[in-house]
Amino acid sequence: MDAPLRLISSNPLDQLARTVEALLVVASAPLGVEELAEAADDDAERVEAALGLVGERYREGRSGIVLEHVAGGWAFRASRDAAQACARLFEKPVQRNLSQASLETLAIVAYLGPCSRPDIARIRGVSADSAVANLVERGLIAEAGREEAGAIRYRTTPLFERIFGLESLSALPRLDDVGADADAIRERLHTVAEKRSA
Amino acid sequence: MIVRELELDLDAFEGPFDLLLTLVLKEELELREVDVAGIVLAFLERLAEHEQLDLDACGEFLVLVSALLELKARGLFPEEAAELLELEPEVAAEELARRLAEYRRMKGAAQWLRERLESEGERFFRLGPAALAPRAETPLAPQEPEKLAQVIRLLAAEPAQVSLAHMALRFPPVSQFLERFRAVLRRRPRFDFDQELGGLSRVEQAVAFLALLELRRNGEVAIEQAAPFAPIRISRTDVEREDSWTLRSA
Repeated sequence: MDAPLRLISSNPLDQLARTVEALLVVASAPLGVEELAEAADDDAERVEAALGLVGERYREGRSGIVLEHVAGGWAFRASRDAAQACARLFEKPVQRNLSQASLETLAIVAYLGPCSRPDIARIRGVSADSAVANLVERGLIAEAGREEAGAIRYRTTPLFERIFGLESLSALPRLDDVGADADAIRERLHTVAEKRSA
Repeated sequence: MIVRELELDLDAFEGPFDLLLTLVLKEELELREVDVAGIVLAFLERLAEHEQLDLDACGEFLVLVSALLELKARGLFPEEAAELLELEPEVAAEELARRLAEYRRMKGAAQWLRERLESEGERFFRLGPAALAPRAETPLAPQEPEKLAQVIRLLAAEPAQVSLAHMALRFPPVSQFLERFRAVLRRRPRFDFDQELGGLSRVEQAVAFLALLELRRNGEVAIEQAAPFAPIRISRTDVEREDSWTLRSA
């Protein structure tokens, strides 16, 4: 009996890479290595190697679809070359018109979360009710248990990481890098305090 | 200038200052929602309209607005209010500096998020079913007003009356069918209703049936139908009598 004709020696991971590719096409949220391994009925190390193959095939400049590591998992997105075409057909309702109050609230939840509305109000100096409701509605933050006093706590969602293109919350820059010079504020206030006590 | 009549247009409240105070004192308005800086700005704008500085108004306003600020601060930090009052100025300044610095950092973080959102604006990915973007509107070519008026005049004209004559039911006279049936029965003693009138419309058939009933009432015909929906057979009454006589005599 004739053996099947093979002109190119195939990588033993090819079949697994195809399965991983199929799983990622069907998913509408990033999939972790463990999830992929479980679904593919294979071990995590081989899945990671297969992801390497898929990532090589689907990268910027080579394909209209790009594999990326985002929100703690792996997902496909459109290549940046296709962004304008995508923008003509699709809306971005989640991140459209995010107000300054919403962004500040989002930053507080991202850095200090899980945290409650009173926590946010304490930092911003104004009520956080409407900003929190708005962010929950957009799916950028979600409830994450309650404080002992009963206030609901919030944390950011995987959608937040995905929209901001973060592999995880640890990819956020250090606060000291983004904030203003705290020492300068402290110095000014001390000057005022000294004048008052004198 | 009367401070209490100062008109305010804030996000959380719109109306005179004294109404705002009343609502706050009655706890019908959350002071946390009120932008006190907005009130100060409104007052300063009003103050600038006058040439002379109204010291009385300024004094009254300062007392009221500082009371509001204190209430607001207490509302925001209820459990810490008493603790803060007892602090030494230096410690209080340190605490305030800590909070301000914390807010500054968060403001910086929010700015980073905003920039990130802009730099990641080219990211598109599947997110459940995607909402369709609104269609781009194609702007109209420049129009001539005269032409527009002309078209509107055409549209404003009374439309011609539409004739509905063809929709009316036309009933042929019953007499027409009376004559027709009598003529048929003169030629042959019996006939089938459906065969005779098959080609006619429903309305004409209904009128024909009325004619038939009329003939039956006059005793000119006999009508029989073997079963519901079976053919209706019409015969001359003299033929009918003849048949029954033949049957009986047999």
